[in-house]
Amino acid sequence: MAETQSGPDRETLLDIYRRAMLIHRSDERFRALLTQGKLAIVYYPVRGQEVVSAAMMAALNQDDYLVTTYRGVADQLAKGIPSKLLWAEFTGRVTGTCKGKGGPMHITHPETGVMVTTGVVGSGLPIANGLGIASQNRGDGKVTVVCFGDGASNIGAFHEAMNMAQLYKLPVIFLCSNNKFGEHTAFAAHTDSESIVSRAAGYGMRGVQCDGNDAVDMYNTAKAAVDRARAGEGPTLIEAMTFRMLGHLFGADFSYVPKEVAEQGVREDPIPRFRQHLLDLQVSESELDAIVAGIEAEIDEAVAFALESPFPEVDELRIDVVKEEIAA
Amino acid sequence: MNAPAEVTEAPVKVAKINFIQGLHQALDEAMAADENVIALGEDIGDAQGGGIFKVTKGLTEKYGTNRIRSTPISEQAIIGAAVGAAIVGLRPVAEIMLMNFVTVAMDQIVNHAAKLRFMSGGQTHVPLVIRTTTGAGVGFGGQHSDMLEAWFAHVPGLKIVMASNPADAKGLLASAIEDDDPVIMIENIKAYGQMGAAPEPGYRVPLGKAAIAREGSDVTIIAYGPAVNDALAVAERLAGDGVSAEVVDLRTIAPFDEATVFASVGKTRRAVVVHEAVKAYGTGAEIASRITEELWDTLKAPVARVGSTYSPVPFSPPLEKAWIYSQDQIAAAVRGTIDRRARG
Ligand SMILES: Cc1ncc(C[n+]2csc(CCOP(=O)(O)OP(=O)(O)O)c2C)c(N)n1
Repeated sequence: MAETQSGPDRETLLDIYRRAMLIHRSDERFRALLTQGKLAIVYYPVRGQEVVSAAMMAALNQDDYLVTTYRGVADQLAKGIPSKLLWAEFTGRVTGTCKGKGGPMHITHPETGVMVTTGVVGSGLPIANGLGIASQNRGDGKVTVVCFGDGASNIGAFHEAMNMAQLYKLPVIFLCSNNKFGEHTAFAAHTDSESIVSRAAGYGMRGVQCDGNDAVDMYNTAKAAVDRARAGEGPTLIEAMTFRMLGHLFGADFSYVPKEVAEQGVREDPIPRFRQHLLDLQVSESELDAIVAGIEAEIDEAVAFALESPFPEVDELRIDVVKEEIAA
Repeated sequence: MNAPAEVTEAPVKVAKINFIQGLHQALDEAMAADENVIALGEDIGDAQGGGIFKVTKGLTEKYGTNRIRSTPISEQAIIGAAVGAAIVGLRPVAEIMLMNFVTVAMDQIVNHAAKLRFMSGGQTHVPLVIRTTTGAGVGFGGQHSDMLEAWFAHVPGLKIVMASNPADAKGLLASAIEDDDPVIMIENIKAYGQMGAAPEPGYRVPLGKAAIAREGSDVTIIAYGPAVNDALAVAERLAGDGVSAEVVDLRTIAPFDEATVFASVGKTRRAVVVHEAVKAYGTGAEIASRITEELWDTLKAPVARVGSTYSPVPFSPPLEKAWIYSQDQIAAAVRGTIDRRARG
């Protein structure tokens, strides 16, 4: 568990809440449009994991770097990519972050530090090291966070990257969301160690496990890792314990998840828990509702913008392959 | 450069360098000129001997261990780090000790380095150089000798270069480091000691431009890397038989310099492509096909290909010698395009 310290103040907690609810509502809206047939995209739900991303990104600066995965919509929104641009990219529009040429699994938005989104499990970790090397050489004080799942921790790239990051004392945070499943394979069926974080010791790296569904614990853990990285004290492996409350991708089978596990997931749902925590801190219902109302308006606008935006021209195929435009 | 005929030259000794020196000079000059240039690879630091072929020897002392990063044996981590550093403006030169080990790093090269410019809609790009060495004929056997350029040529977004002489090695590497896209530079182990004229500091060979290594009128031999030297030797030999062969040194395998190749073959009307990689499914097939599509009406003979045997590189010396294409095969292929009955 994270070291006990003062923890996030009211303002920070509300900031995390805003980010978490933006993720939560956006995820709901994606699924609603998919259900209604208004969208036809491969979508990886993030329901249940909202607080991990919200608290982690709240601990970063906008110009800190992020590398994430196909299940990255939570990270991308929390890091600050404007909803309009993200929705437009998810729907393949020319107005999207990447002119519609990347798509949901390949989001890049340097203005908010989102440098790479990859669909190849585990491949972001070595790339994060390179961002860390750039910051270390330049002394620019930037921190890089790379997000991945428990399944990714068994990819060779994980081990190569962890070793290299610790060897060079890079300002990189390896954030594993242990949502208990890699696609259909339960944690215990893919890994016989009791945790992912126990592996940090094997590399001489600092490792911290935390409750990724608890905004305070998650933020404190994230903040400590960020502070250390910024101070030149090297990388941290964070294992945020959480749960993916829906199938691996939208519409996918969920029956392989044992009933007790799913029920426990619902009991530990980070969203109502976070709201209750804020109410306990004397934040008013109306203040929280106002935050959500603002988010709804933002999403409405983003959906309309995306669906009304044009698709890219076919000419785009010749552009951005290399610097020089290629022949038709 | 030819001196004007009327000037009587004093016998000056032309400075010579080998490939290793050419590559070293290019790296050294690039690192001196731009602090964003860094190098990563196994054993490349001075404490580790300056690289197994000494290309980076002495550079740690000049540029420090942040810029010359000697790495663990972790090919994915090396290329991944190079990709990450490149997208935020460093210019990494990553070394994969031997080309067969790119297999370990394929994800980073093919899924990331090659595609990030496109997938990001041009917001990021990957100014990365991957230097790697390989080549049959040195007794390394099956897992240390392959020429895998066709794999990479098949992936949009990657550029691939291979030099036939030390000056080009320097000039191509310098251009590759300055290029804004990922470039794979293949170096042939056997050629490392080959001597050649030393270029001036700042020498560049532009990417994507082939060179006419020898002029001729009957047939064009298109090659890259040490195969160019074999092609030149064959051309010399055939000249005695009255065959005038033009030799095109491709220098950049991808993007392919259609203009130079088409102009040459348009003139000679016959073409032979030569490379050390196995002939089947090789880059020669692509080059031959493009020439055929463009110049079908002009050609006097089908475009011929010479490559190595479609088997793993063997160890036993006579087998290895038989595996690799030969000058005799090049000569036979050339003759075959001139007299189709002579096709070997
Ligand atoms: C190298 C690779 N192998 C397999 C896949 C197919 N795949 C996509 S997601 C996934 C599960 C990954 O699980 P985890 O890392 O726990 O992340 P989560 O999906 O739970 O966020 C798999 C096997 C892939 N994308 N890349």
